[in-house]
Amino acid sequence: MTRELLLDASGVAKNYGAVAALSNASLAVGAGEIHALMGANGAGKSTLVKILTGAVKHDTGQILIRGKTHRVNSPAEARRSGLVSVYQEPAIIPDLEVADNLRLTETPIEPFRHWVSELGVNDLDLRETARNLPLAVLRVLDLARALAIEPDVLLLDEMTAALPADLAEKVLDVVRRQGTTSRAVIFISHRFLEISALCDRATVLRDGATVGVVDIEEGVEERIVELMLGPAADGPEQPASRTTTPISEQTSAARPRLTVSKLGAGTKLQDVSFELRVGEVLGVVALEGQGQDELFETLSGFRRPSSGTISIDGTEQRFGHPADAIRAGLVYVPSNRVDALLMQRSVRENIALPFCAGSWGPIDMTREAERVGKAIDRLQIDTRAQGQVQRLSGGNQQKVTIARWIATGVDTLLCFDPTRGIDIRTKRQIYALLKELAAHGSSVLVYTSELQEVQLVCDRVVVIFGGRVVDVFPADAADEPTLMRAAYGLPRLAATVAGQPDHAPA
Amino acid sequence: MSQIDTTAPPIGLRIRRLVRDQPLIPLIILLIGLVIILEILRPGIVNERWIANTIKFAIPLAILASCQTLTMLTGGIDLSVGIIATVSAFVMATQVTTYDPAIAIAISLIPALVIGLANGIGAGLFRVHPLIMTLGTSLIATGGLQVYQRTVLATGSAIPDSLAWLGTGRTHCIPNSLVLFIPLAALIILGLRRTGFGRLLYAIGDNENAARLSGVHSWKVIVALYVLSGFLAGIAGLVYVGLIKAPSLSLAVPLLLPSVAAAVIGGTSIFGGRGGYAGTIVGALILTVLTTLLTVLQVPEGARRILFGLIILGVTAAHVRLTEDS
Repeated sequence: MTRELLLDASGVAKNYGAVAALSNASLAVGAGEIHALMGANGAGKSTLVKILTGAVKHDTGQILIRGKTHRVNSPAEARRSGLVSVYQEPAIIPDLEVADNLRLTETPIEPFRHWVSELGVNDLDLRETARNLPLAVLRVLDLARALAIEPDVLLLDEMTAALPADLAEKVLDVVRRQGTTSRAVIFISHRFLEISALCDRATVLRDGATVGVVDIEEGVEERIVELMLGPAADGPEQPASRTTTPISEQTSAARPRLTVSKLGAGTKLQDVSFELRVGEVLGVVALEGQGQDELFETLSGFRRPSSGTISIDGTEQRFGHPADAIRAGLVYVPSNRVDALLMQRSVRENIALPFCAGSWGPIDMTREAERVGKAIDRLQIDTRAQGQVQRLSGGNQQKVTIARWIATGVDTLLCFDPTRGIDIRTKRQIYALLKELAAHGSSVLVYTSELQEVQLVCDRVVVIFGGRVVDVFPADAADEPTLMRAAYGLPRLAATVAGQPDHAPA
Repeated sequence: MSQIDTTAPPIGLRIRRLVRDQPLIPLIILLIGLVIILEILRPGIVNERWIANTIKFAIPLAILASCQTLTMLTGGIDLSVGIIATVSAFVMATQVTTYDPAIAIAISLIPALVIGLANGIGAGLFRVHPLIMTLGTSLIATGGLQVYQRTVLATGSAIPDSLAWLGTGRTHCIPNSLVLFIPLAALIILGLRRTGFGRLLYAIGDNENAARLSGVHSWKVIVALYVLSGFLAGIAGLVYVGLIKAPSLSLAVPLLLPSVAAAVIGGTSIFGGRGGYAGTIVGALILTVLTTLLTVLQVPEGARRILFGLIILGVTAAHVRLTEDS
């Protein structure tokens, strides 16, 4: 690299309490370069971006822009020193006119107009209130605003996600032309297709550290996936012994409980079809923002689908409210416990809530105590602080959200990342419980962001990319590298299909 | 002893925990304290008669405060209870000249239920903030009452003996209104703890999203709640007019803000999800005793209001501090 380095960050580290979000990240971008920043969920991409744009401060490391130390305390300062970022969610105030939004960031109008038309939006009225414009247009405006201040380094986070194809094409075109100037672009994307078409080099993060910088060339996808995965894990977790073998063998023959067909919702969930069988734990794997949130919201009755159908035991269902989904046997455990719990109320009231939804009359306290007690025992909830759920530990809180449905009796359990941010022991207990439920004839659909744990709990896995199902694996073929490749939309390797036993057989 | 001291938490913390788990205790202590102060300032004032009078005046306030307690548990409020009580009292007093008291009472509760239904539909279905919704309906009801008054100018008004007996009467020094109030209070307290509807009020106030996830249709609960609140306000108006014996266009309106204060002092969180009716009853008693105390002190009206406001703020702040997790 003989080019002048526009941005040179090295040894950047950031701790949140005891958790190291970044341990040793580096990123160097030269003039005229389009540089991809890659990493699996939780590798530290967003922390690095926040540090570069001044949203959070780093603990150690140095960041140079054009060779000068870059010390910023706010995105506005970052902008003045030549670094501008465009996020997935447009940073536009919806209740202001477009022109007022531009004034807020001191954006020159003429260059802005130029870039807007370059990006393919021709009939923009600056007096229009931002709220009235479609999201895709707002994202383009956000980008045009960034381009108008001619930043040295432009940072684009998932810029093309949820853009219609023609706009995405224009955006990529404009970004490509930035690469022919003396400026630079940092491009964050999960799409190899875009990266190989656009970028010159890629920096790969894993577990908070930069693990490699590669030139983009033919076949580099393999190398990047390898870097993101790291050295083969020395099997820290054995797949739990399958005490329920009969069921898992039955599953291929078992009848479907939940059939999802060509389901679409919002801009992200495009076309998803799969079957969840009786007695099965079906995993869902996807990178962030591939439509999995919309999928679970639709299945649990929080959101109406824009296309496609949901059938249970062969009967088509329409959910207008979660109560409809619950009646059909579909119950939901969201990843964020705060969404699911009455924090000021007791464990008992939290678990008994679905009963109260069904009947407003007097409660049979003895029967309730019995049902709640059984669910508490089964999940081994620590009830020392049961007066208020907010005094329980995170793991125990998550157990309460599941216990609620155990007490009601579960046909089909929808779990969205049920083990996010909880301790390993509780994690194991939850996995064991999900398997046990399936063994007793329930069906479980579980999205997890922790790929290495898929084999511990699932019978099969569907992988979603760009709002569509890209692959389905039986659990024994679903090791982490295979899932990672599939999650990035790469084709299967011939070798993995053979399914050599990477793990010791049970 | 020293062994206990090392294992048990310090006394301050133990008191805090006790107060946190039994928030009624400090309220009752405060109530007794106020009564003692009153007795010191005016020796001999606290006797059976005084107690019966205090209870008589506290009951209409406590019933109105039940409306605030129930709606505040869901994170709402009902600012129309003052005028609803007034409307019911006024309609009853003017209809009783033509109809049998039982029928007049039934007629008088119709506007209470209608206003409650309007509040419920606005707050539950159209998601208008309850503060705005009930403020709006209370203005409409105030105007409606004036229109109604013109149509009954000639009829005159009366208070049926039954309501006067209930509102003012005493049997062996025990106020008759307790005949109505004790079962009503028991019903509300038990209803909150031991019925699905009561639990749902807490659930919606604590986390509406979680309630929805568990299959609760919040709007149905909210509509039923405000109808119930209107009904209770109507009852409060009838008891109050039996006590005051002079129906007017603003009879119970001055009770509106004390009804909110009673619920807040009683430990019900205005943000929803926490509280109960037992505390509210003590809150209503505290406010009633406080009013007597300030009257006895012969504080001028302006200063009395200032003191009243300061004391409410002080008690509420202290209560929140004591019962919050440290």
